[in-house]
Amino acid sequence: MAKSRSYSVLPGFGLSLGYTLVYLGLIVLIPMAAVFIKTAELSWDQFWNVVSSPRVVASYKLSFGASLLAAAINAVFGMLLAWALVRYSFPGKKIIDALIDLPFALPTAVAGIALTALYAPNGWLGQYLEPLGIKVAFAPLGVLVALVFIGLPFVVRTVQPILEDLETELEEAAASLGANRWQTFWYVVFPILLPALLTGFALAFARAVGEYGSVIFIAGNIPMVSEITPLMIITRLEQYDYNGATAIAVVMLVFSFVLLLAINGLQAWTARRTGRTL
Amino acid sequence: MSIVIGKQALVTAAPGSAAQTRFEKNRATREPVWVKRIILGLGLTFFTIFLLMPLLAVFVEALRKGLDVYWQALRDPDAIAAIKLTLLTAVIAVPLNLVFGIAAAWSIAKFDFRGKQLLITLIDLPFSVSPVIVGLMYVLVFGASGWFGSWLIENDIKIIFAVPGIVLATIFVTFPFIARELIPLMQAQGREEEEAAVVLGARGWQVFWYVTLPNIKWGLLYGVILCNARAMGEFGAVSVVSGHIRGLTNTMPLHVEILYNEYQFAAAFAVASLLAILAVFTLVIKSWVEYRTHKLGH
Repeated sequence: MAKSRSYSVLPGFGLSLGYTLVYLGLIVLIPMAAVFIKTAELSWDQFWNVVSSPRVVASYKLSFGASLLAAAINAVFGMLLAWALVRYSFPGKKIIDALIDLPFALPTAVAGIALTALYAPNGWLGQYLEPLGIKVAFAPLGVLVALVFIGLPFVVRTVQPILEDLETELEEAAASLGANRWQTFWYVVFPILLPALLTGFALAFARAVGEYGSVIFIAGNIPMVSEITPLMIITRLEQYDYNGATAIAVVMLVFSFVLLLAINGLQAWTARRTGRTL
Repeated sequence: MSIVIGKQALVTAAPGSAAQTRFEKNRATREPVWVKRIILGLGLTFFTIFLLMPLLAVFVEALRKGLDVYWQALRDPDAIAAIKLTLLTAVIAVPLNLVFGIAAAWSIAKFDFRGKQLLITLIDLPFSVSPVIVGLMYVLVFGASGWFGSWLIENDIKIIFAVPGIVLATIFVTFPFIARELIPLMQAQGREEEEAAVVLGARGWQVFWYVTLPNIKWGLLYGVILCNARAMGEFGAVSVVSGHIRGLTNTMPLHVEILYNEYQFAAAFAVASLLAILAVFTLVIKSWVEYRTHKLGH
């Protein structure tokens, strides 16, 4: 890293890097700067009043709480699914493996109305849950369901490659030294998977906090009860309150950047631990 | 998946199982049957409830009122306008991000320079920004009271609540997809082949066209397909900048929302089913590309 750029015979460095930087600046960095510059127009009191108003605070609690819980659920079941897909053979495995990525490919609005149809009081699943007193659609629980849906592939796809690369020697050694299956998993396999699992958890969490399309249909959007933070930005925009919308956006952006740094750190840890970049 | 079929005869497989994973054949790496059943049972139940049922629900709800209603919903002029706008958006956004993705991957994978890691992080940035905030950004820059607002009004150019805004927001949210796919791929392939081509007298574009492109074509295809799926399906960002004008600035996901909010459920799911078919098609291409690269890799 001593030299800023080592000599290369390959052509096109200036052109490709120049184009990359200009495009990145125009499409991403300048519009993003607009949010921070707009916020700077607000006084601290104005900013604080917006981001700490009770309705907005209630939305933070729901957005961050539901996102954390959804990421945790995904960590558990994503790990189980990754394990099953790598280690077991069962009918339909290839199709299931392909469908894990469905939340990446299915538009969020489509996911939103499909989940609402399932969990509505007369839906396939809602009709059994409603008599038990469990209200999913148009309630905070619905937000959780939508966030679990969109976050699942992040955990499976970060854990799966690490599991595939795992050599059987480690487990054979553990077994021959007298460890039972659970001990082998807990003391040998799990520590190797942990960085990837945490990365998947953090990615699912980051995605869930900003998610909008799949949530708004099922949430019911009841003030103080089932409103997510991105919806608060939309509400302000619909009232042409650009200052308010921007203030809430800055809170979310700062949080996203911190999370991004954490994810980068986790990925570096995964790479050190397993020699594999995600 | 690592199914070693060639070595089957060498390993004493458990009776009744044709294809096992290498883990299942090894006593040290397999669980008791009851544990395996619990893991499979829990995993597959979760999969069915959270992934399979929502996908099936789209098609069942779309056809609930019969094929006539289904076709009618798709033949509605507003639906056709939405489909056209969605296609137009993807046709502009995907090639732009394709050129960017190739340029970014070429500079990052084939050269060393200071700040490379920072550049990669910045390219990933759009992934961690809420779609709603993406829309807000462009409203702040191009909206009536935004940076260029008065200039745009004077020159009678509409970006927000018009097609250009929709395209810009889509470019932002799909920005990293192709670059993200190509950077690790081109890094893994190294520089020797390109260097050999240059030494043998190939010019810049010849190196790319005859040496690099054949090596990255599958990853490139996968990146384009993913980018396209997201471009056609984006909802949050587009919803902020579109203004929801029927027949003019409604993309397919926005049209789904409008129909749904008007309680025209069968029609909403009919349009949604087209997007779901696109999603399934995307996954099929993805599996095929993975199969190809896996086969060529060994």
